[in-house]
Amino acid sequence: MDKGLSLQSVEITKDGARLLSLSEDIAPGEVLTIMGPSGVGKSTLLAFVTGTLGPDFEATGRVMLDGHDITHAPPYARRVGILFQDDLLFPHFSVGANLAFGLRPGGTKVQRLAKIEAALAEVGLAGFADRDPATLSGGQKARVALMRMLLSEPCALLLDEPFSRLDATLRSQVRELVFSHAKARSLPVLLVTHDAEDAAAAHGKIVSLLPI
Amino acid sequence: MKTRRALPFLPVLTLIVMLGPVLAGLLGTVLPAFGHLPAAGLTGPTLAPFEALFAWVGLLRAVWLSVAVGVVTTVFALALVALITAGWSGTWVYRILERALSPLLSVPHAAAAFGFAFLISPSGWVSRAVSPALTGWDRPPDLLIVQDAWGMSMMAGLIIKEVPFLMLIMMASLGQIDTKRSAAIFQALGYGRVTGWLKTIFPLVYAQIRLPVYVVLAYGMSVVDVAVILGPNTPPTLSVQIVKWMSDPDLAMRLQAAAAALLQLSLVLGVLMFWRVGERVVGQLGAMWIATGSLGKSDTIVRVSALGAGVLGALMIALGLASLAVWSVAGYWGFPDFLPDQFTMRNWDRHAVGTMSALGETAIIALTVVLVALALTVGCLEAEYRYDLRVSSRGMWLLYLPLLVPQTAFLPGLQTLMLTVGADVGRAPVMFAHLVFVFPYVFLALADPFRAWDSRIGTIAAALGARPDRILWQVRLPMLLGPILTAVAVGIAVSVGQYLPTLLIGGGRIETLTTEAVALASAGDRRAIGVYGLMQTAAALIPFALALAVPAIIWRKRRGLRHG
Repeated sequence: MDKGLSLQSVEITKDGARLLSLSEDIAPGEVLTIMGPSGVGKSTLLAFVTGTLGPDFEATGRVMLDGHDITHAPPYARRVGILFQDDLLFPHFSVGANLAFGLRPGGTKVQRLAKIEAALAEVGLAGFADRDPATLSGGQKARVALMRMLLSEPCALLLDEPFSRLDATLRSQVRELVFSHAKARSLPVLLVTHDAEDAAAAHGKIVSLLPI
Repeated sequence: MKTRRALPFLPVLTLIVMLGPVLAGLLGTVLPAFGHLPAAGLTGPTLAPFEALFAWVGLLRAVWLSVAVGVVTTVFALALVALITAGWSGTWVYRILERALSPLLSVPHAAAAFGFAFLISPSGWVSRAVSPALTGWDRPPDLLIVQDAWGMSMMAGLIIKEVPFLMLIMMASLGQIDTKRSAAIFQALGYGRVTGWLKTIFPLVYAQIRLPVYVVLAYGMSVVDVAVILGPNTPPTLSVQIVKWMSDPDLAMRLQAAAAALLQLSLVLGVLMFWRVGERVVGQLGAMWIATGSLGKSDTIVRVSALGAGVLGALMIALGLASLAVWSVAGYWGFPDFLPDQFTMRNWDRHAVGTMSALGETAIIALTVVLVALALTVGCLEAEYRYDLRVSSRGMWLLYLPLLVPQTAFLPGLQTLMLTVGADVGRAPVMFAHLVFVFPYVFLALADPFRAWDSRIGTIAAALGARPDRILWQVRLPMLLGPILTAVAVGIAVSVGQYLPTLLIGGGRIETLTTEAVALASAGDRRAIGVYGLMQTAAALIPFALALAVPAIIWRKRRGLRHG
């Protein structure tokens, strides 16, 4: 399989003890959900894919993205987008500057500003570019974080319990929004969660990790 | 790309820059101590310098003073800080104390000592306040209060200045210990606040603040500027005597000074070892005390008196500064009047040229040194983050080493060494010497906030395609603007307060606010001291005010950063 995200015989150990092992292919537009209790190494797996695994861990196996081996690529060159349970907007930038930070280089200033404004409008936040992110509601922040990530034009999307801080009604809205945008861009999605509802809404294969 | 290759080596370079002068200075002390000083045409080895040192009549008393001042100051300051924290941590009182710390801490030692002297001297504010109503004095009594032969005013002055320092260290270490739950448990078991805290939390806290306590101990044993202002004269402390011998026109006196510097070093090492043994003994006694199960019935009295003593100390610093301010604008001021007859700007006018040039020198040195220290600190911390380098506890010892080795033990040697190799004294060497003392403080001030930065933000930025340098400059450093400016302010305060490095390495030719102020001590011109002391305090205090104000202005439209 060429397109998509592929984890090939990935095995992560910590201090010599095996934490998890996994071999999965995620096709474009599909979601793979990893479930399991906390401490089982879900976030560690995502760190391996983003290239930010801590020094305590050792990993073997390969990560392939659209046919390229990115196992040893530096984090900034991987084109793997990630959303955490906190929005983690840069607090010192305006909403617009947050989006501009991730927007792929190229185009004139006017074109770039237009792209940012269009992205905001796409999630119902037209005119929010100059706002302080701290003044946004939880749902608004989540939408800005999503668009910031999408403007960097990633080739895969990682979700680290991204909905767990939102309340119930907001949660399903944001979840639908994220999944529909990922589908529209044909992104392979790797979701880790301990929430069964998230897993069901993903409509994809579910892998349960158990403590070893 | 060049920085990427240089960055991993920065921690090692920093160690060399920091420890190099200390080691070179110690070497430069050992040689002349054994009679080897080619610059003066003397070659050793000989024990003559030590023989001359031991023949000095004042030696025993000077040694005794140094040890007593160091130990008494540290015991009192540590006990006070422990009892205040035991009695009040987690309350609104403690939060107020927390706010008052930074300004108290940034007041230079020399200015605080002058202010303290102005309060307690026979013609000082305290005496004026109660005279003649309570005392019947219409002339200042003939008492030797300041510079008393026992060094008690010096100890008191040091204690009130060290309490804020240990308090800050204590507060920082509390954040790393789960104190709330321990407190809930010992209170449920029926223990009083103070007793319960001392039995359960203090041992944990002490393990964390051990190095800063050693710094206070070594500092108290070897401090020069405070000893010149508040300490006895006949004889002075060993460190002051070393400086006197170093400034003797007779080069041969340097040999004796070097021998005394080695003695000073071994004294500090000896007392530190003695202190370590004392830690064990206190630990044993503490275990026995814990085993008795006493719950602490007099806790309330203890916590109220500890707080009272702490507040009194803070008040002494504040009133001392106020006293400097009044003297700086005083016209005729007879005893026992509480305030001068006239207020005048004449003192300021008279010293305008002198203070301005000293301020310029102080600022050039402080800003240069702090910028270098900041660059090294950020470089070391970023190298640690990018390459997963960990600072071991041995690394922390190295960081504290320049603060533990007494200044009088290696600065004379450094000066002699520079003389021997023909290096010119002057501003640049003074800056290098300041860096040795400024770097550890800047590093300690910035390390915790830098490491506490949420690394997921770095992961997000990298996932958005940002390279490490861009993440550092556009995300991490701007987000840490507040802590960075605070570290800068700490560094400036440390540089502004440096007396001995400026005096010795500058060869007496570099005149900063501190060297000028301390030089005034013997002349006793209170109006001049008031002017210089206030300028010195302002030079240390204003950067702290800016460190608070600047981020608040720059980030006024960024609520997420306002209290971080």
